[in-house]
Amino acid sequence: MGRYLLRRLLQLVPVFIGTTFLIYWLVWSVPGDPFAGKCGDRRCPDTYINFMTEKYQLDESIWVQYATYMKNLFQGDFGLTYNSRDVGDIIAAAYPNTLKLALVALAIEAIIGLGAGVLTGLRRNGFLDNLVLVSTLFLIALPVFVIGFVLQWLLGVKWGIIHPTVSSEMRLSELLLPGFVLGSASMAYVARVARTSIAENRRADYVRTAIAKGLPMRRVVGVHLLRNSLIPVVTLLGTDLGALMGGAIVTEGIFGINGIGRAVFRAIVTKESATVVSIVVVLVLVYLLMNLLVDLLYAALDPRIRYE
Amino acid sequence: MSDILVTEQSQPGADGSGRPSGRLLEVDDLRVEFRTRDGVAKVINGVTYHVDAGETLAVLGESGSGKSVTAQAVMGILDTPPGFVTGGQVRFHGKDMLTMSTEERRRIRGEGIAMIFQDALSALNPVFTVGFQIAEQFRIRRGIGRAEAKKRAIEMLDQVKIPNAKGRFSNYPHQFSGGMRQRAMIAMSLALDPEVLIADEPTTALDVTVQAQIMDLLAELQRERQMGLILITHDLGVVADVADRIAVMYAGRIVEEADVYELYGKPAHPYTLGLLDSIPRMDEKGQQLRTIKGLPPNLMNIPPGCPFNPRCPMAQPVCREKLPPLLQIGSGRASACHFAEELVNRD
Repeated sequence: MGRYLLRRLLQLVPVFIGTTFLIYWLVWSVPGDPFAGKCGDRRCPDTYINFMTEKYQLDESIWVQYATYMKNLFQGDFGLTYNSRDVGDIIAAAYPNTLKLALVALAIEAIIGLGAGVLTGLRRNGFLDNLVLVSTLFLIALPVFVIGFVLQWLLGVKWGIIHPTVSSEMRLSELLLPGFVLGSASMAYVARVARTSIAENRRADYVRTAIAKGLPMRRVVGVHLLRNSLIPVVTLLGTDLGALMGGAIVTEGIFGINGIGRAVFRAIVTKESATVVSIVVVLVLVYLLMNLLVDLLYAALDPRIRYE
Repeated sequence: MSDILVTEQSQPGADGSGRPSGRLLEVDDLRVEFRTRDGVAKVINGVTYHVDAGETLAVLGESGSGKSVTAQAVMGILDTPPGFVTGGQVRFHGKDMLTMSTEERRRIRGEGIAMIFQDALSALNPVFTVGFQIAEQFRIRRGIGRAEAKKRAIEMLDQVKIPNAKGRFSNYPHQFSGGMRQRAMIAMSLALDPEVLIADEPTTALDVTVQAQIMDLLAELQRERQMGLILITHDLGVVADVADRIAVMYAGRIVEEADVYELYGKPAHPYTLGLLDSIPRMDEKGQQLRTIKGLPPNLMNIPPGCPFNPRCPMAQPVCREKLPPLLQIGSGRASACHFAEELVNRD
């Protein structure tokens, strides 16, 4: 177990370096001048441009720039924006908001998706089953911004049940609707995967054994059946956190949440390469760690999976 | 354990004397059909058998004869749909289980009637330890605490002769060998001290030497506990040593029921005769194995008359027209063949 974990962590190193370099290279190759429009209507003075070029090593090769960036990164320094703002501060301000939103989305996805999946998997072809099948198809087919704007208008404006935007305090009650919107498509997938998985395992021999043992039905389903059916759902949920955070930009925009989506968009527009790269790098880290967590969860759920 | 149902005084060996209510477990004219898209398959067509305390009944038949489905209907673990019980009774201590409440029936499972399955690898839950699955019976069904339940589960593993029971408690099913897994399965089913044990082909998935060990173990535990044992098998070799009575099934019916010695000595149904003839024999080495010609009937379209008539070497015109009922011949044996008397009386 310990050796497995160490090996998996070591595997993360080349993946991390590879992905960060790709991102760095991508942002580096985007054409454009970071100092265009920096000094009002006039062209910036040469002294300023020379100073900035020197300070940010802009005339060095990409290799040198990347190496410097990585060196600083490992010392916990994300670099500075061209306005000398610490990128670390931008990340510290934006990330918790997006993380909160994504976690709420993940929780909604897990609870509603799994619940619907279990109920429909047990009783296929019933009314509930058809209802869930149709509504999940609906959620998958509709783009996030449609669901977001429609629900915001209905609940927030027309009926006035909720405040249409999220305040800077990011209260949990305010995040329920944005979380639902963000997680809606994944929720539909979770419901469908759970449904199939439950329906498949329901006829398994060990379920029959559990019934033959005279166990109450809720224990047969809640313990024997559920544990076996969770494996594909856990994969989906685990790898989804990164996707939710990365995909939060639209939801953040609709509900006025100050998260990484907005930050990265602004950074791309203003050619703040250090900011773009740093935000994505942290996102990569989230992906990698969640992946590792999923692998570890597998083994906890299914002892037949061995760490070797 | 004081909360086990008290066994009524049953009458072992009283078979053939009508149907007194002192029986432990009685299946009476049970009918099951499978409703599928292609049509309705009549899988069980009026099966009647019984088992008393301390008695072993072997149910013998080819695949598809309905022997396992009967057991599933008795246990109440039939896959519904497609399987539906359409008639008959299953009486446990004289009470019909098919008309009981779900809850009442659930309580009989494991405690009154327990079952072990053919393939212990798929029948045990792969993600829980063997010990957990045995201790669960004590914890959930008896409300016994974790530590005490563990102690008892280890005792059960010990009883089925699993070496190092204490260490094996926390192993998973896939870490057991085939024979050990079936032992664990037996330990689990016997945890609540059931009065009837249904063993559905308990040795089919095992190799021959292990088969013998498992059969010995089952016979021994059955003697010790005075359980009624229903042994479902297609293997005539397995039943000879342990069974008291044998019921032979064909196309969802019992075609012959007899004491084990009588059945082996003088089968009263041509199907039984065919089965006995198809056992490989040491003194016929090198010769082709004898088989029963043809295939079991399609259960969606069972031939009129005796269902065995298309394969029967003795078939007469009457066999194609009249379904022979299961009739008593002599003491304690029955056959569903128009020519049962002739078969028994021939030399």
